[in-house]
Amino acid sequence: MTAPVLDIRGLSISYGTEAGALKALRDVDLEVGEGSIIGIVGESGCGKSTLISAIIRLLAPNAQIVQGAVNFKGRDLLGLSSEQMRALRGDEISMVFQDPMTSLNPTLTIGRQMSDVQHRSTVSRSEKNACSVMMLERVGIPDPEAQLKRYPHHLSGGMRQRVAIAMALMAEPSLLIADEPTTALDATLEVQIIHRLKELQREFGCSILFISHHLGVIAELCEEVIVMYAGEVVESGPLREVFIDPKHPYTRKLLECDPARIAEPTRELPVIEGSLPNLVNLPDGCIFKDRCSKAEARCGIEPPKMSGDGHRAACHLLDHFQETSP
Amino acid sequence: MSKPRGLIAHTWSGLKKDPLGMAGFVLVSFILLLTILAPWLAPYDPLDVNVHNRLSGPSAAHWLGTDQLGRDILSRVLYGGQVALKVSLVAISVAMAIGLLLGMLAGLGPRWLDRVLVIGFDTVRSFPTIMFALAIVALTGPSLNTVIGVIIITSIPVYARVVRTQTRALRQRDFILAERAMGASTGRILRDHVLPNIAAPLFILASMDVPAVVGMEAGLSFLGLGVSPPTPSWGSILNDGYSYLRNSPWPIIAGGIPLIAVTLGFTFFGESLRDIFDPKLRGKDR
Repeated sequence: MTAPVLDIRGLSISYGTEAGALKALRDVDLEVGEGSIIGIVGESGCGKSTLISAIIRLLAPNAQIVQGAVNFKGRDLLGLSSEQMRALRGDEISMVFQDPMTSLNPTLTIGRQMSDVQHRSTVSRSEKNACSVMMLERVGIPDPEAQLKRYPHHLSGGMRQRVAIAMALMAEPSLLIADEPTTALDATLEVQIIHRLKELQREFGCSILFISHHLGVIAELCEEVIVMYAGEVVESGPLREVFIDPKHPYTRKLLECDPARIAEPTRELPVIEGSLPNLVNLPDGCIFKDRCSKAEARCGIEPPKMSGDGHRAACHLLDHFQETSP
Repeated sequence: MSKPRGLIAHTWSGLKKDPLGMAGFVLVSFILLLTILAPWLAPYDPLDVNVHNRLSGPSAAHWLGTDQLGRDILSRVLYGGQVALKVSLVAISVAMAIGLLLGMLAGLGPRWLDRVLVIGFDTVRSFPTIMFALAIVALTGPSLNTVIGVIIITSIPVYARVVRTQTRALRQRDFILAERAMGASTGRILRDHVLPNIAAPLFILASMDVPAVVGMEAGLSFLGLGVSPPTPSWGSILNDGYSYLRNSPWPIIAGGIPLIAVTLGFTFFGESLRDIFDPKLRGKDR
């Protein structure tokens, strides 16, 4: 793999709350190679949103970066001034949001918003419009010229998300962060958007950091996947290996819960028993031990470290496994 | 998909469906027209004294009669409208501009700034307007500029609070976050994204504020705190007529009707605008 576009090392972020510091992210490592599509999967509250807010440096005011580094093309994003950071946003790094119904300004036309995104370019208005038309065409919007005069409420959800993707790709970014871009869309549109995103990624050669809790979408799109649980990365590796041979008990349970995997008709969908641990007062040992059916004595004492090469996981049972099968 | 409509076309078609709003619009346009054209429409000089013909009723020569100095009341009412218009135009636009600025600062700025500004707004609003005006006039002497100044100071919080609330609601919205993620500066976000979203409520507020401002000017002038005689103002016409109510009711009637017409016209028009631009509020406060 070539030098990574985005390289996050040991990132820890806490939120100041009345109960104390809520440790939303702990020692997160993440690498996004050039031109690759990385998926991040995990349930609500696992720190996905905190992670992307940290990358684009738009964290909530009570968030504090405890330690770690976020390197983007060799520059430490955490050390940049807010002006330098703003220059990167929408240029080198851009983002697609979850809900296309709310991520466009309802009072401005599509054309106006598309040319607004090109605020750094000095070309004339008509040239900006030409760029917008071209971009809308590439994301698969029919009759793009007519759309420029429309307002967001004239378009359907799928159309709006395409517009949002077009806006994000306008500056040909090196990194596109997609925060559950298909969650608010229906299933048929989801597939269309995913395929379009994959095509565009090939055309533009950008890297994509794709956040989702939908395993099927991740499987369709990504080459590598990172599984997060309660603010930690518990497993990471090439998509096929993680999905076919999950090493961490959490990943295994997550896959079991995917409705697409259920073979026999059942009244009750499988769930992972228990709930997320309290992130203000972290339990000792493994973060997942309370919900893990295979937890041993040492899981309650010592936190497991990420181990493995390529396909990595943080679980004590892994050593066990490796010890017993040399 | 419907063809996108312009703002004016949208307003017009909305007004056509609301007879009361249309009546308000017609009344407002009529008053504005009369006031602007006052120098050409007024049959006499509003300051022309004719003591031989004082306190006369309506006649062919003086449609609304004459006051205690024999001045033509119709001419005075028309010119008085210019005072009312000038005060409301200047006071509302200045108060709106300052209120917009302070409201955005409070809505988007750091928390301490927000607190300080809100305390400021509440302090100003807690003053009784007339008492405040009396105090200012005692310091500076009565003049039209004092009236405008008092109205501006007491109206700023009205606009600032609306702007602050709207801005705070907007900053939570995804598209503002999306703009930030696209590298937009705070100034750009305020200008291009917050402003268009709060413009409609602001203009509705302004149109509803006109009667209040006109009434305040008339009230202050009635009390002798506003325009100095012999400049005609609806308030001073009322005050002149009040002293001679036993002799002739016409000055009171002539001075009162435009006030009522302005209040009704702008209120109906403002409510109709609000219904057109913000259907969520339809039917409230009625």
